[in-house]
Amino acid sequence: MQWEVVIGLEIHAQLNTKSKIFSGASTAYGAAPNTQACEVDLGLPGVLPVLNEEVVRMAALFALAIDANVSRHSVFARKNYFYPDLPKGYQISQFERPIVETGSIEIELEDGTRKIIGVTRAHLEEDAGKSLHEDFHGMTGIDLNRAGTPLLEIVSEPDMRSAQEAVAYMKKIHSLVQYLGICDGNMAEGSFRCDANVSIRPQGQKELGTRTELKNINSFRFVERAINYEVQRQIELIEEGGKITQETRLYDADAHETRSMRSKEEAMDYRYFPDPDLLPVVIDDGYLDACRATLPELPDAKRQRFIDEYALSVDDAGVLTSSRDLAAYFEATVVAAKGETKLAANWIMGEVIGGLNKSGLDITNSPLSAERLGGMLIRIADDTISGKIAKQVFEALWQSDEEADAIIESRGLKQVTDSGAIEKVIDEIIANNSGQVEQYRAGKDKLFGFFVGQVMKAMQGKANPAQVNEILKKKL
Amino acid sequence: MVLDSDKVKKIAHLARLGIKEEDIPGYAQDLNKILGLVENMSAIKTEAILPLAHPMEVAQRLRADVVTEVDQRVHFQKNAPAVEAGLYLVPKVIE
Amino acid sequence: MHTQTLAQISAALHAKKISSEELTRDYLTRIKSFDGSINAYITVTEEEAIANAQRADKLFAKGEAGALTGVPIAHKDIFCTQGVRTSCASKMLDNFIAPYNATCVAKLADAGVVSLGKTNMDEFAMGSSNETSFYGAVKNPWALEAVPGGSSGGSAAVVAAGLAAAATGTDTGGSIRQPAALTGVTGLKPTYGRVSRYGMIAFASSLDQGGSLTRSAEDAAMMLQAMAGFDAKDSTSIDKPVPDYSAELNHSLQGLRIGLPKEYFSEGLAAEVEQCVQDAITHYRKLGAEVVEVSLPHTDLAIPVYYVIAPAECSANLSRFDGVRFGYRCKDPVDLEDLYKRSRGEGFGTEVKRRIMMGAYVLSAGYYDAYYLKAQRIRRLIRDDFLQAFKNVDVILGPTTPTPAFNLAEKQKDPITMYFSDIYTIAVNLAGLPAISVPVGFVGGRPVGMQLIGGLFEEARLLNVAHKFQMETDWHLQTPILKADQ
Repeated sequence: MQWEVVIGLEIHAQLNTKSKIFSGASTAYGAAPNTQACEVDLGLPGVLPVLNEEVVRMAALFALAIDANVSRHSVFARKNYFYPDLPKGYQISQFERPIVETGSIEIELEDGTRKIIGVTRAHLEEDAGKSLHEDFHGMTGIDLNRAGTPLLEIVSEPDMRSAQEAVAYMKKIHSLVQYLGICDGNMAEGSFRCDANVSIRPQGQKELGTRTELKNINSFRFVERAINYEVQRQIELIEEGGKITQETRLYDADAHETRSMRSKEEAMDYRYFPDPDLLPVVIDDGYLDACRATLPELPDAKRQRFIDEYALSVDDAGVLTSSRDLAAYFEATVVAAKGETKLAANWIMGEVIGGLNKSGLDITNSPLSAERLGGMLIRIADDTISGKIAKQVFEALWQSDEEADAIIESRGLKQVTDSGAIEKVIDEIIANNSGQVEQYRAGKDKLFGFFVGQVMKAMQGKANPAQVNEILKKKL
Repeated sequence: MVLDSDKVKKIAHLARLGIKEEDIPGYAQDLNKILGLVENMSAIKTEAILPLAHPMEVAQRLRADVVTEVDQRVHFQKNAPAVEAGLYLVPKVIE
Repeated sequence: MHTQTLAQISAALHAKKISSEELTRDYLTRIKSFDGSINAYITVTEEEAIANAQRADKLFAKGEAGALTGVPIAHKDIFCTQGVRTSCASKMLDNFIAPYNATCVAKLADAGVVSLGKTNMDEFAMGSSNETSFYGAVKNPWALEAVPGGSSGGSAAVVAAGLAAAATGTDTGGSIRQPAALTGVTGLKPTYGRVSRYGMIAFASSLDQGGSLTRSAEDAAMMLQAMAGFDAKDSTSIDKPVPDYSAELNHSLQGLRIGLPKEYFSEGLAAEVEQCVQDAITHYRKLGAEVVEVSLPHTDLAIPVYYVIAPAECSANLSRFDGVRFGYRCKDPVDLEDLYKRSRGEGFGTEVKRRIMMGAYVLSAGYYDAYYLKAQRIRRLIRDDFLQAFKNVDVILGPTTPTPAFNLAEKQKDPITMYFSDIYTIAVNLAGLPAISVPVGFVGGRPVGMQLIGGLFEEARLLNVAHKFQMETDWHLQTPILKADQ
């Protein structure tokens, strides 16, 4: 039997506001337990929520970016369930009238195929706190610092047909929310996480199979692995004559398996109803126009511009626009390097990204500024240093605050372009290697490289390679 | 009887209310009486009428995104039945 | 002094005929003497009251006192009062010391009032007789075998018995007006959104509104002046200027159009109660008002709609009482579910549990449209009835309750009969309108109240209409004869 995989994702993007969605408590990450849980977050008797204006603006930006409809009249609802990390016994969310409705986004797979994925809706809601399961005399500890942190839950259509598509979609949304400046995208801190709804059906069948929901997956790699595992589990189960139960499953990255959390039909009756403490959020055209005016250039547009403006390949433009900060770094480097786009692209994608990865940094805290990098690229372009020597210069730039010119100067790395000096060295080498010279002249062309190597070695790599080639050819 | 004892038990569970077995029939009886009263609503057709969630039909006011709260953990936790290391303690949560 | 109105007390304080401390001690003594049998207070904050009175006296000495400075009042125990137990008359919050002040408590404190303590009420404001309190029923000062009404029964009783000069209350379906009527005091429920709900423990959020119980409409104007106003912490608070209520009290009623809803003068209304209301109407005619009949055709649906919406909202509002962060926690829970079920099962009383279950049921899967949504649609019809009526009249007048105070335990067996004591008051909350209950006589020694309903934010007019009546009558000045305890 040929199986078709059907996947829909619910992405939770934490909106990077200063204060919480309904209170003035800080959203900063990593504070001591319950020190950022104010009376509203704790759900003390008598407290009331007031909506943070930033979350509305951020949701509107997202809607505009995916060509979605912004609800002119969206409503907050209470989602009722008991859990110790949910202080009020209900989560304030949006149900019937979400703020963002029906948008779409184009993804691109590794083989270059493109596909439109529908976004059913995106709604605002508050996050819950955290349960800490380390042992407090057999008790669980509750930290409510995260309670009330604003989330945008982005719900896709079940449009994805493979784990790869799901990852591509998730990456696309991840890059988009960062571009918009509405989410820091930090997956390790849980600022960007997703639930995946996975089902299978025989190829050609219309009706969807019973789905399972994989909870709280917080890395791209895990999304792929969790979905693939779950698909395999479902296929095996059905082929053995079993039935899929609609349930929530947890992906255990260590064991690399998904396991059942709770069966949906038994427990969950959320009793949604409009939150009477909050009024409808009304958005008008003027507000949307103002938001539209602040929309940054989005990833797809930026990539196309990079291809057109900098003559970059599709792949290089894709890498360099993968984040707004990286793209900005590239453009600043190009300016500093007086338009050396190719050099800038190669050095950033190679040495800079490599160096950042090695030290676990990202582009915003790179030890090497675009300006200093550009300074070095100018020196490559004008032949002051060779590409090989430039690696040494780069190393020094990375380790210090010095400018490229100062490094080249103080370490004497300047390329030798004086043909007299090069000729002198070449004459010596020819004189000292008569055997090789004879062989070369007899037709052993490969030995040319040997001579180049000898010259470079003698000149500590500083000779201009083009000149070395030219003079050697003449002399030999 | 709209609500039998089984249904009352389900609702009590949904609302996490511990109700003694012997009290269930009494609750069922009272809830059915109230539902009987509520049934009077069916006297009129309402499909064409918009629901009114709030007496004041105004829009939500928005708050500036400013941190206004300071740490009051010690103060707030004076009311807590069980805390340790700044955490609220509950019986072990099994996932 | 305890038989005087707030206005008179304030005048005496300003004239330095009495100090706030003397006055406060006088009330504290009266509470000790009489509250044992009435049970109107849950908590008396004697030391704080005296300290605050002394502070008020300093303001008088400095000439910095305002209209409410040094006046001893009481707060319904539903308002959070920092550092003072705030129980909502529930075992659930018997140990809860509020860590912050309700906006309206803070505003009154800023106005200089002295709080004597926290008044008894129906548990979480769910009840019409004050019998659902964890701390026992409140007795009607006019007849100790009778209920004072509810849920603000303690606040009504302290004002009626002269155990405070005024009191705060809350009204979700009549919880200020009904006890005011049953104890012969003046009870004002302002427009929804006029008084901040922040720090007022929620029962039904779209219906709850804070207000006052006082000896007179003039006093109610003074209280509202301090309590009303925009609060950024309450999304449902309305940003609208607060008029000078006291300045508006004396307008002539010449040409005022009063509407009598025919549905309020029908079957179920006790004849003697109707007579008292008719006498009041006669007074209004004499004052120059024009009286016309109006119709509120969906009146009989108000109770069904209310008993869907209020329980639905309360079922969610009361979920936060789970034994985790504050309040009652059962002994030795074996697991999480046991913690929830026993803490809530043991911490809440029967009526509260009944309403939570009712609310959970009407919101549950498959019933939402038939109950909750339908109720909200009819809510619009009820609201529109009033809007329609106010096209022709300035205020609506009727009885506050169908009967005078009933006896303790009389309606406890059947929740439904109890619910019907709010038949004239509930629709007002569904529509968010302001209304006031004013004493208009006695039946069998028990007080009778008249309700005046106004358009949105028409409190000034209501107070004016009530005040002019009180200038002509002395029903509001009657005081019960109390027997001291011991």
